[in-house]
Amino acid sequence: MTAFIERWGSTIVEATFATFQMVTISLVFSIIIGLPLGVLLVITRTGTGNKRWTYRVLNIVINTIRSIPFIILLFALLPFTRVLVGTSMGVRGVIVPLVIFTAPYLARLMESALLEVDRGVIEAYQAMGIKPIQIVWHVMIREAKPSIILGVTIALIGLIGATAMAGLVGAGGLGDVAYRFGHVRYQPEVMYVTIVILVILIQLIQSLGNTMSAKAKKD
Amino acid sequence: MITLENITKTFQTKKQTAVTALNGVSLTVEKGEIYGVIGYSGAGKSTLIRCVNLLEPPTSGQVKIDGVDLTGLSKEALRNVRQKIGMIFQGFNLLKTATVYQNIAIPLKLTGVKEADIDARVKKYLKIVSLEDKHNVYPNQLSGGQKQRVAIARALSHEPEILLSDEATSALDPDTTDQILALLHKINQELGITILLITHEMHVIQQICDRVAVMENGDIVEQGKVIDVYTNPKHLTTQRFVDSIFPSQIPASIIKDLEQQGPIIDLTFVGDAADRPSLSVISKKFAIETNILSGNIVQLKEQPFGKLRAHIKGAASETNQAIDYLKNQGVQVSEVKSIDSIY
Repeated sequence: MTAFIERWGSTIVEATFATFQMVTISLVFSIIIGLPLGVLLVITRTGTGNKRWTYRVLNIVINTIRSIPFIILLFALLPFTRVLVGTSMGVRGVIVPLVIFTAPYLARLMESALLEVDRGVIEAYQAMGIKPIQIVWHVMIREAKPSIILGVTIALIGLIGATAMAGLVGAGGLGDVAYRFGHVRYQPEVMYVTIVILVILIQLIQSLGNTMSAKAKKD
Repeated sequence: MITLENITKTFQTKKQTAVTALNGVSLTVEKGEIYGVIGYSGAGKSTLIRCVNLLEPPTSGQVKIDGVDLTGLSKEALRNVRQKIGMIFQGFNLLKTATVYQNIAIPLKLTGVKEADIDARVKKYLKIVSLEDKHNVYPNQLSGGQKQRVAIARALSHEPEILLSDEATSALDPDTTDQILALLHKINQELGITILLITHEMHVIQQICDRVAVMENGDIVEQGKVIDVYTNPKHLTTQRFVDSIFPSQIPASIIKDLEQQGPIIDLTFVGDAADRPSLSVISKKFAIETNILSGNIVQLKEQPFGKLRAHIKGAASETNQAIDYLKNQGVQVSEVKSIDSIY
């Protein structure tokens, strides 16, 4: 046990930290992009003219990105990533594909969360002469908050799964350690330890998400 | 105050067929009155009330509030007008994630009411709807009637001149309905707010409305003062609504038997006539026997209104005199034949 900690402790701690870093930064960017996209999907969903075209284009783009598995997206985006952040390697390099992978997924989750908001409440606010942008924030997002939190939780867990592949561009992380040391160099105990850490992590995140969502529900 | 001129509304369905919800409806609501629109579901009354604040923009026609045509306004100008038209709904439409207090304060803040005034307004209107002890409660902890009170306070807090009520009591039980109606009446009397409401319940019309319009298939088929429409309904739909408050289900066969021994008459009493014991008077005065088959007296907003169906047994000369006597007493009398006793 002590020997294991001495040999692998720092590697695993470092990898856990790298995973946290990747996940946090990507999640923040994904929410910044995904939430407004979800709102846009909902408000352009029923409509004519420009609205209808916006919805159609968004729909196709989101579906296209979502059809590509992360491991392929990661490589397909290499040139784009290099142009955008100057490198396609390391944590910096993996953030771009992670965000592009997660944001459309989150947008869909936000879309379904926002669609649950009672149309009647939105109508009541329209009848009071309140601006559409204020309705989005003070009615739609506010009322959808419990579902939004659950959606973010789901996206976050998916994101952690995707970071396992970050090792392929040298970004490290728990998945990378499990694969490189556990599988390639055949150190099964390293693999098991990372799996245990991941299992505990996911359990914690889901429980936290559920609690926060229930708290936001107010009933 | 509210003038609807020739409003039509057609909905385009996916299959390229058009559904006409409103068929050139015109209606005027005077300042300070409570105007009710009644109709069966699908009559177009909900579309009509939603046209007043353009939640549903009409396909053609004009919506005038104080002479200003809303259909020609910019989005910004329309929002300003809407702030002065309160609206309450069947489903209450409160924020679930906000307390009673916040449910009223948030829209006030969003419509630019000064921070310093918001607190006073919220408290004032929660007091008017008798919910001053529920500030920090969430809507899910309230009963239906209490939720509707919050919605009414929310509408009133913008200090509107007009209140639109879209089936506001339809989801409530009879007792709660009466409480909400009493509250609407109080608002109308004390704050001078003009109310336009739609409903499918005669009960609502008779309790608080001054005037009523009956809708069917996207048209107003009859309108006028509530008392006139009740005592003398002309259109078949109106008659069905009025009959619904006077249930008199006597089988045709019984009526046929009774007819042999004397006429069956419907007596309609309005105002003072409703209080007088006319039937017992005629059975003493003339050589006849009277038998009440069905009857009911309802309290309209202004005066009581009653309807009796009675059988008068006796010789034709005596029964005719009795009927004439009733007519002189200000009672409307009409004879019922077994042929028309459908209801």
